[in-house]
Amino acid sequence: MHIDWAALGQVFGVSLVVTVGLVGVFTLGILGTSRKPATTTSAPADTAGTTALARTGAYACFALCAAAVGYGIYLIVA
Amino acid sequence: MENITLLIGIVIVTALVFDFTNGFHDTANAMATTISTGALKPKTAVAMSAVLNLVGAFLSVEVAKTISGGIIDESAGIRPEVIFAGLVGAIVWNLLTWLAGLPSSSSHALFGGLIGATVASVGFDAVNADKVVMKVLIPAVAAPIVAGIAAWAATRLTFRLAKGRDEADTAKGYRAGQIASAALVSLAHGTNDAQKTMGVITLALVTGGVVAPHSDPPLWVVVSAGLAIALGTYLGGWRIIQTLGKGLADIKPAQGFAAQTGAATVILASSHIGFALSTTQVCSGSIMGSGLGRKGGVVRWSTAGRMVAAWGLTLPAAGLVAAGAALLADQGDWGIAAVAVLGLGVSGAIWAASRRKPVTHDNVNDLNTPQGLPEEPVGVVTAALQAVAPPPAAPSAPVTTAAAPAAPAAATTG
Repeated sequence: MHIDWAALGQVFGVSLVVTVGLVGVFTLGILGTSRKPATTTSAPADTAGTTALARTGAYACFALCAAAVGYGIYLIVA
Repeated sequence: MENITLLIGIVIVTALVFDFTNGFHDTANAMATTISTGALKPKTAVAMSAVLNLVGAFLSVEVAKTISGGIIDESAGIRPEVIFAGLVGAIVWNLLTWLAGLPSSSSHALFGGLIGATVASVGFDAVNADKVVMKVLIPAVAAPIVAGIAAWAATRLTFRLAKGRDEADTAKGYRAGQIASAALVSLAHGTNDAQKTMGVITLALVTGGVVAPHSDPPLWVVVSAGLAIALGTYLGGWRIIQTLGKGLADIKPAQGFAAQTGAATVILASSHIGFALSTTQVCSGSIMGSGLGRKGGVVRWSTAGRMVAAWGLTLPAAGLVAAGAALLADQGDWGIAAVAVLGLGVSGAIWAASRRKPVTHDNVNDLNTPQGLPEEPVGVVTAALQAVAPPPAAPSAPVTTAAAPAAPAAATTG
């Protein structure tokens, strides 16, 4: 009986990394676009210009996620 | 296409009914948490899933080839009766698990049915045991674990990152993301599962000598399989949606997003790498994982236990029903007619039982669990929807679809 452990391991590794990565990136996007609480320490940049920077970063995050969805569709179609 | 016999016609219709129950059964995979977190209204969710399933059915014919040439040795004398018996077994099991509101794998039911019927009719030699282990058993164990761990880790991460943020602010983003992931799951489901039916119909056509072995499914097969699965998806197996969306764990938008993204990723990664995992088990696993990933999150292990028991039973139970059906169908025309009548009777009885406590799109999010879940705002929307359009008797369709073509068939063959 041949069990393809390598493929299974690969599925596990890829799934874990991609899921955590995508959810993480998307969460960053949400953080960048949503209202901040008064006592925030989560954003690395400070004071003025933070919001613009955060927004740009957030859109970059969403773009990355959109690209991932596009790649997903490509995988389904191919 | 002209020389399709009555028997092959029956097999094709039965395969389409199975396809319908498959869509019906698996709507929950893509849409359960989308509905329970309020990302989409129940009707919108199933409509979107149905369209994507239909689109998915046309995207590729890769799977159809491997199913008809994989688990069962076609050259060992698999006749249409055997396929018919296998399908009946799979349909009966799908309906039973639907009645119990348990998400079980439709593919496993199909495999189990085909294996049981083949063993009863031809013998053990015609089943590729290696393929059964590789394609059914290992994935069944691996899928929930892989998806569960991925969704668990992702849930932990997203809650940690969004710590201190008001949930009301972030929920909208999570819901939007969840819709995208759910769409991918639906699309992938259409490409995978509609093609299983195409594979079965093609197998029936091959065994009947209508098309050459290892040929692509004809276009009408693709179209009808896509439509059957989309219709089933649209009518929605609300019982299973309720279990997955509300019964298994309390899912907040962030968790729904993590679970759905994990499910989509695992499904795509596994099918791309060539180690196909069952959608149902992936989705259930990821929901449990995300349920555990939130601090104070609960997984209702009694529900999870029943679900896992159903997974374990799927293959043998569908196999046993199919084996019985195959023995009966082997008796000749009256046997096939008897199987058709019995299958319809059992389906009708299950449907009648389901009407005692119907679960529809307007009560899908109200679950009287011991924890006493708060009612979702969706309830208001669906109540309004219901006022506009009274809810159709959703589950009545499989019975009528099955009844219409099979009744004259039974009359003529009997």
